[in-house]
Amino acid sequence: MRFLRSYAKSLLLWELLLGMRLTLRHFFSPKVTIRYPEEKTPKSPRYRGMLVLRRYPSGEERCIACKLCEAVCPALAITIDSEMREDGTRRTTRYDIDAFKCIYCGFCEEACPVDAIVASRFTEFHFEERGQQIMTKDVMLAMGDKLEPQIAADRAIENQYR
Amino acid sequence: MPDIQSYTMNFGPQHPAAHGVLRLILEMEGEVIRRVDPHVGLLHRATEKLAENKPYNHSIGYMDRLDYVSMMCNEHAYVMAIEKLAGVTPPVRAQYIRVMFDELTRLSNHLLWLGAHGLDIGAMTVFLYAFREREDIMDIYEAVSGARMHATYYRPGGVYRDLPDQMPKYEHSKWRSKKEVDRLNANREGSLLDFIESFADNFPQRVAEYETLLTDNRIWKQRTVGIAEVSPERALQLGFTGPMLRGSGIEWDLRKKQPYEVYDQMDFDIPVGRNGDCYDRYLVRIEEMRQSARIIKQCVKWLRENPGPVMLDDPKIVPPRRADMKESMEALIHHFKLFTEGYVLPKGEVYAAIEQPKGEFGIYLVSDGANKPYRVKIRPAGFAHLSAMDEMLKGHMLADAVAVIGTLDIVFGEIDR
Repeated sequence: MRFLRSYAKSLLLWELLLGMRLTLRHFFSPKVTIRYPEEKTPKSPRYRGMLVLRRYPSGEERCIACKLCEAVCPALAITIDSEMREDGTRRTTRYDIDAFKCIYCGFCEEACPVDAIVASRFTEFHFEERGQQIMTKDVMLAMGDKLEPQIAADRAIENQYR
Repeated sequence: MPDIQSYTMNFGPQHPAAHGVLRLILEMEGEVIRRVDPHVGLLHRATEKLAENKPYNHSIGYMDRLDYVSMMCNEHAYVMAIEKLAGVTPPVRAQYIRVMFDELTRLSNHLLWLGAHGLDIGAMTVFLYAFREREDIMDIYEAVSGARMHATYYRPGGVYRDLPDQMPKYEHSKWRSKKEVDRLNANREGSLLDFIESFADNFPQRVAEYETLLTDNRIWKQRTVGIAEVSPERALQLGFTGPMLRGSGIEWDLRKKQPYEVYDQMDFDIPVGRNGDCYDRYLVRIEEMRQSARIIKQCVKWLRENPGPVMLDDPKIVPPRRADMKESMEALIHHFKLFTEGYVLPKGEVYAAIEQPKGEFGIYLVSDGANKPYRVKIRPAGFAHLSAMDEMLKGHMLADAVAVIGTLDIVFGEIDR
């Protein structure tokens, strides 16, 4: 009996039919894909995308050139030069991140004592010319200004965990 | 004129079935393989040497990139080696989080393996279904660490941050009705733990789907049953670990035999194969996925009931909390010290091994008392498996080479390092 049953199953392509039934069921079930770029998958407040520099609400840049991020960067992607400004505060004259070296580990953000360098949610950046991958201070500050509302909201949520 | 018996064929390194940059030199006799010579080193990035030039913590991110489909497991071995040498134990909650994420990583790895293995042999659909579940695991990774793959989440002394209380949600857009968005967000309403739980609850059902497609399928069986049989004795001699060894019928699992973290408190079984062929290894991995889902559920239950610290309170190894760093002078000094020169580990050497999805992944760490390792030796599971390729493939047909590469579950990030 058992032999007959397995023989009949084999002859009727039973296991293949079961598989086909499964794929047919999925054919009519709701799709799991989304329509990028119109829709996007959700990102968490911890998301580590493009690195940007922030300012204080007063408009003053946060970075004080302590160079902790430069020291902690495993890929040596950050280069900083600093100088004393006219008002006697220590500021960077050069703050470059090589986006090709950066491995987006987030250590720089973790190290920054003044929350100046942060990883934003922004991922859709591109470069058009050779050399643009070295993101300068101006580029990152401008980007930070643009993304500030989202960055501030994310930090507000995340501060309880850090 | 000599009669030419065999000819040599090149396979890879850019072959779609080669799983990365594997190059095989195949000595063929007709369509039968007589000798296989795997060439490695095309993805060599000198991770071990790089780690010698950096303070300990800096290399955590590089461990993700070794076996880039089981990221957190690699971190785990490295972090465990440091902890062993420093003589510290992370808080229990951190251990549970690590165990949970190790198992999620195992699922993610096995799903990729299942999809790729199926695709290589000719089963297209499983790949799509496996990636559907993998997407959820990537979302979990992202919610907790901020990166979908290279998490850099484990730290010596615990994990970087506690599990978040909310999951990111899909936003409303004109491309989707509110009802549809609500359906997408259905399991994202609660915390990350709720999301993981609903994922783990649904997962056995998903595995059943894969099994419907593959396990009894005659083509799948023709391609895997009796291919690359390895006897238990040979499997041991060849240095197999993980599912490769268990597929041959040897019940060896570091999670049971040398329990690390809180695996000794978990209730799970080790699946073991009988014949040691590709089909048995497939069955072992499928069953492992079910067991992982079981472990995840136990972790979720414990984590829900027991809030607490996820990082050790040891300012010499663990950076201070951010709020403290902004207020207290001493915390700020520790912060600066840790992020510039790191910490110093005592002179000595340790070996820390974990049961990575592919097998035993070990880190052998030698410290000369500096803030950088004197030497880091990585013991990848895949290298031993790849070395056995010649023996496994001898006498098989050319088409079986692809099945064997699939069953080995090799990833070149860890083999070439």
